[in-house]
Amino acid sequence: MSSLLSMKMYADQARTLVLIVLAIILGACADSRLNNPYPQEEGDQAVLYESFSERPKHLDPAVAYSSNEYAFIAQIYEPPFQYHYLKRPYELTPLTATGMPEIEYLNARGDKLASTANDSDIAYTDYIIEIQPGIRYQPHPVLAKNAQGDYLYHHLTAAQIDQLGTLQDLPESGSRELVAEDYVYQIKRLAHPKIQSPIAEMMKNYIVGFDEFSKQVADKQKFEIKDIPMEGVTALDRYQYRIRIKGKYPQFKFWLAMPFFAPMPWEADVFYEQPGLDDKNITLDWYPIGTGPYFLAENNPNRRMILLKNPLFHLETYPSEGEPGDKEKGLLADAGKPLPFIDKVVYMLEKETIPYWNKFLQGYYDASGIASDNFDQAIQFTGSGAATLTEAMREKGIQLETAVTTSIFYLGFNMLDATVGGDSEKARKLRQAIAIAVDYEEYIAIFANGRGVAAQGLIPPGIYGYAEGKDGVNPYVYDWKDGKAQRKSIEVARRLMAEAGYPGGIDSKTQQALILYFDTTSVSIDDRPRMNWYRKQFEKLGIKLVIRGTDYNRFQQKMRAGNAQIFFWGWNADYPDPENFFFLLYGPNAKVAHGGENAGNYQNPEFDRLFEQMRNMENGEQRYEIIQQLQELVRRDAPWVFGFHPKSFSLYHGWYKNLKPNLMANNQLKYTRIDTTARAEKRAAWNKPVFWPLLLAIVVFMLLLIPAVLAYRRRVRETIQ
Amino acid sequence: MIILWTDALIFLLIAVMLLLGFYLRGKEYIKRPMQQIARSKTGMMSLTVLIFFVVVGLLDSIHFKPPEGHGNEIISALDYWATPLREHSEKTYSAPFAVYLYSKEMMTLPDGTEQWGYPRLQFGGAHLADPETEHLPDILEKAFYGWLQGAGLVVFFMVLLVSLLREPHKRFIVSPTAKAVWAVVFLVVSVNYMLVYLSAYYHVFGTDKVGEDVFYQAIKSIRTGLVIGTLTTLVMLPMALVFGIMAGFFRGWVDDVIQYVYTTLNSIPSVLLIAASILMVQVYMAAHEEKFTSVIVRADMRLLFLCLILGVTSWTGLCRLLRAETLKLREMEYVQAAQAMGVRRRVILLRHILPNVMHIVLISVVLDFSSLVLAEAVLSYINIGVDPTTYSWGNMINGARLEMAREPVVWWSLTASFIFMFALVLAANLFADTVRDAFDPRRGAYE
Amino acid sequence: MIQYIIRRVLYAFPLLMGVNILTFVLFFIVNSPDDMARMQLGQKHVTEQAVENWKQQRGYDLPLLWNSKAEGKEKLTQTIFYQKSAGLFLFRFGISDSDRRNIAADIQQRMWPSLAVALPTLIVGLLVNITFALIMVLFRNSYLEHAGVVLCVILMSVSSLFYIIGGQFLIGKLLRLVPISGYEGGFSALKFLILPVLIGVFSAIGANVRWYRTLFLEEVEKDYVRTARAKGLSETRTLFRHVLKNAMLPILTGVVVVLPTLFMGSLIMESFFSIPGLGSYTIDAINSQDFAIVRAMVFLGSVLYVIGLLLTDISYTLVDPRVRLS
Repeated sequence: MSSLLSMKMYADQARTLVLIVLAIILGACADSRLNNPYPQEEGDQAVLYESFSERPKHLDPAVAYSSNEYAFIAQIYEPPFQYHYLKRPYELTPLTATGMPEIEYLNARGDKLASTANDSDIAYTDYIIEIQPGIRYQPHPVLAKNAQGDYLYHHLTAAQIDQLGTLQDLPESGSRELVAEDYVYQIKRLAHPKIQSPIAEMMKNYIVGFDEFSKQVADKQKFEIKDIPMEGVTALDRYQYRIRIKGKYPQFKFWLAMPFFAPMPWEADVFYEQPGLDDKNITLDWYPIGTGPYFLAENNPNRRMILLKNPLFHLETYPSEGEPGDKEKGLLADAGKPLPFIDKVVYMLEKETIPYWNKFLQGYYDASGIASDNFDQAIQFTGSGAATLTEAMREKGIQLETAVTTSIFYLGFNMLDATVGGDSEKARKLRQAIAIAVDYEEYIAIFANGRGVAAQGLIPPGIYGYAEGKDGVNPYVYDWKDGKAQRKSIEVARRLMAEAGYPGGIDSKTQQALILYFDTTSVSIDDRPRMNWYRKQFEKLGIKLVIRGTDYNRFQQKMRAGNAQIFFWGWNADYPDPENFFFLLYGPNAKVAHGGENAGNYQNPEFDRLFEQMRNMENGEQRYEIIQQLQELVRRDAPWVFGFHPKSFSLYHGWYKNLKPNLMANNQLKYTRIDTTARAEKRAAWNKPVFWPLLLAIVVFMLLLIPAVLAYRRRVRETIQ
Repeated sequence: MIILWTDALIFLLIAVMLLLGFYLRGKEYIKRPMQQIARSKTGMMSLTVLIFFVVVGLLDSIHFKPPEGHGNEIISALDYWATPLREHSEKTYSAPFAVYLYSKEMMTLPDGTEQWGYPRLQFGGAHLADPETEHLPDILEKAFYGWLQGAGLVVFFMVLLVSLLREPHKRFIVSPTAKAVWAVVFLVVSVNYMLVYLSAYYHVFGTDKVGEDVFYQAIKSIRTGLVIGTLTTLVMLPMALVFGIMAGFFRGWVDDVIQYVYTTLNSIPSVLLIAASILMVQVYMAAHEEKFTSVIVRADMRLLFLCLILGVTSWTGLCRLLRAETLKLREMEYVQAAQAMGVRRRVILLRHILPNVMHIVLISVVLDFSSLVLAEAVLSYINIGVDPTTYSWGNMINGARLEMAREPVVWWSLTASFIFMFALVLAANLFADTVRDAFDPRRGAYE
Repeated sequence: MIQYIIRRVLYAFPLLMGVNILTFVLFFIVNSPDDMARMQLGQKHVTEQAVENWKQQRGYDLPLLWNSKAEGKEKLTQTIFYQKSAGLFLFRFGISDSDRRNIAADIQQRMWPSLAVALPTLIVGLLVNITFALIMVLFRNSYLEHAGVVLCVILMSVSSLFYIIGGQFLIGKLLRLVPISGYEGGFSALKFLILPVLIGVFSAIGANVRWYRTLFLEEVEKDYVRTARAKGLSETRTLFRHVLKNAMLPILTGVVVVLPTLFMGSLIMESFFSIPGLGSYTIDAINSQDFAIVRAMVFLGSVLYVIGLLLTDISYTLVDPRVRLS
């Protein structure tokens, strides 16, 4: 009987199995995309799918300073200025301001000076900014008022707070007009020690009264600063405010295009300071409030973030002029139409590159960078060395956008080090030899798949002062041959080594091979080939390179203490001005002595003098000349091996429109558009599931069961007998 | 000759094993299970494979500065023999037995024009004048020669052995187990000889991203696997033995303290413990740079520490087993009798308790081996395993993850590490089974 | 019994204290609060003042273990160690160091995805493993059993990383049957969970089936089973009624131990499939050296482990009345 029972069990199992398979197949017919990673249907909304790999830590514009944070807050917050989306070289245009700031120079007594005044006479500069009237904040509970005009949620009870899960649990929302006072308030926030703005220390040197204000409010609540004046920053009327900075600092206008200087309603701090809210993760860091084209509708940094179109967004239209050629590319087709075009943006957390890339190919992400490992699949080089998409990518209708980034990666020498550092001829020759030996063209080819340009000096192309062609070549490392920069042969480097007292890499004093130390934070397995490569480069000169891999902390500590010898670091420009690069080698910025950004502790009085001169100049012939002199100085002294300027390659699906790489602006999202019908068609075509191996596996499994069942029945019969 | 820390410990381990073998020689309770292992076909076959791995590992543990090189490069005996393999690196990926690079690049042709295509490899198949026609026949021919030479070698030694052995010892050759073992030896040696022979002309398992020979990497990884599998045991054994037996034998507060310690250690997720201690090593090395001038020495230190910390996290299991067993033994009549007669505790522990828990120790040592080798791979994935410059299967797999996303897929790194790791772990698992069957008193009865 | 439980709970305190001290020491041997501050503050424009502010805001401006400046009791309490550990025992995990999110809120949110992967893996795994083990016992001493044992050893010898990489490649990429990675709450979680669960079950199958088989075999060889068979009871009947029932004891207690720790999630699986659970939370914390999260997770892990031990003891008494807790 029991055997019968179990046979029935088998039959039952088989039946359920068949049912399940049927269900899967039927389900598949209904929706041919089994592998769709998004649950909800989009309806007729234009939804863009993006990814983020690291959860943003702060969405407070006074604190956020990394690109992954800017990806969000630049869409939400609006500083007074922005970079023009299409024009090159980069150009500032008003965003919420009515025009470019009015600049006035003052002397030490506070008298106005002419705009042609001498640099030495200028004690202060005033920036007067007028904003457009009628701009409104996104609907937000912070601004919700009741019928009497009192703020609804500024005095929540403990019980109310206890019931909150997210900010969306507060039903009412409100809005109000943006006023100049909000911009002033935000600058005061930058100064508040509790907010810990990363640029506070820097702004102390520029904005008048910033430091004093910071000390004055150290023990005040955040919102209390509203009524405490800061000397250098005042609202002149409802729509106009003035920032007074020390001396002359023409680059200050670039800061005004960064989210640090976006407006913040004082109500936000009053609301978020209520005790108990931060236990619920309801803070300004997680629930921003801005005037931008989008607002953050869902914030789950553990999984996804959703931006929705701000219904109260002020009128801004797509730019109607651009670079020559933009019209042909169709970039001006939407000129004059109101922004933004996309209704909703979904950012998914995606840490691993493999799933990310595969999902992009399946059409579930609209854009993707290119990892070194799938580069071959996407890109090929034409005869002239230009990068194009491979056949397979073109068939999918994918577009490629490339741009040389405004950043530099370099191999720095610690100039305080006894061997490689210092101003001696011996050390300089050693550094120059290394600069020749470390072949960054090869590095770019191997590790970046050609996505980079070997650096000839400090400033990348696209920044003022960059010299093209023969004039821009580093003559200590390259020769100009046949219209191309060609790296000097290794023999030249070996000669330099011998002149420096290390013939063949052997220290003539100790008769031992020269050992140099390379400090790096690259300790993971993926970095091993890279480290081997560096070893090989130094090996060419007979130098033994010892890699000292540590975590980022140790590395920082070493750099601070000046214990590193050779290190690899990078710099990404804050704003498109050469000053932002040359200050990395400015003596008073030395890391060990002054804790600044001059990590190699390079000191050269001549350089410092020229730099101080160049810093405050307006772009022009004279400035260009000084920049060339600065370049020559650092090429000769070689405190860095100028590595390379990476080139960013991004892939976009064909349905993603209005794309133009803009390395300065972070708020491109509002300009872009997607064609949802084309996307739906492509997705359906690319994601037909393959069932037969599954069915085959089930059949094979069944076949395997047959002998087992037979043997079992035989056995049962035996036992019973 | 340079002795690294792990080398020293490996030799110490071998010395301990030899001593133990000498001490246990002729003891009846060891002899019987040993004979049972010797009779087991799978046991002996897997042991043969293991020994092969161990020999490679040992060769890789003899380090010295090469006579011709200057500076502070350190290589092992294995590296010395594999020098061509070590130095024949290409530019980037190439498939197994390939003569062309795996990715296209801009080539300058002899006539000066530039062309976008697959360039020839610098070493792989460089002896071929016309790869299109000669490629396959050449591989087959070389493979056959290599195999023939390897096979010849084995046959030669077998004949030598047969002719030298006297009649009563002939069973070493003709018993069924011996035949199986010889078959394995024949297979392993001839196939490996063939691979080594071929690797002089081709990259048998292709090359990796910077053009390093994958076959070489996989072989170098053997030592890492073995070191982690064995040294960890060496570290944890004294702790587990002493604490386990003490807790079981003395009971009372000793037991309480020891139980407290191992429960505490056990309750911390081991990944976090390992991460913290790996961080510690790095700090230590950063503070004492002058002692670690060579990459190998640094990597070795980290490997050693990994073994230590794995030992610390894994001794608790064995300790608990030993405690339970000792508690049981303590109540045995002969132990009670010895105690009643006033035999000293130390003697009781050494005479009566220790030998009787030895089988548990042995079983758990062989069982742990394979799981430790597997654990290394997982730890490397979260970057808290061996040093990234160390060759290890974990590092290879980790690197290969990204290669799987390429199109066309770069499969050979993953395959090579899979094959080598699988062979070692499978052999270890099979051998562990045999050992367990032989030593476990409950099992001996019905198998 | 109740007395026993109370005693065990009290015993947990020194244990958790030990765990806490150990984590603290391990972490601060290598890191100073200054290091943590610099690590979290990033690269650009970091000044001493910023570091001080950071430390002060998160309560790392106190001495580590002993405050010689304070008075009386405060010598002990005004330290990082006391301030940071005392809250743990009340399950107040505080805020994370890196992004100042409330850790308890994050844990509450992230524990469900972890559970959603771990629990099905456990249950399906248990069913599959027991089924296969029973089949093997049923066909003992036949070619089926031998083949099964060999297959188990082979499956055991493959690193779990291969299963994950292979599974994702085959099912996710080539066959396009499930999303490659991701997670979604509610019922739609199903299609994201199929693959991780499948791989989780598959990678443990070898070791577990072998273990269960030996358990069953031991039981089969016992006298009462022989008697039952001699009585004429059918093979399946003895197997299900006697063998399975008695062998379930070690299996179940093994399961009970791990039950609470299921919340902690699987480190590898979660990061491969980007499941927002506690496992990936821990990995992220290790990588970004967020001490607050690491400390909280270690503490939580230890508490769950202790609960697991307690549950095991209790389940012993429930299943086998002969066992007395004292």
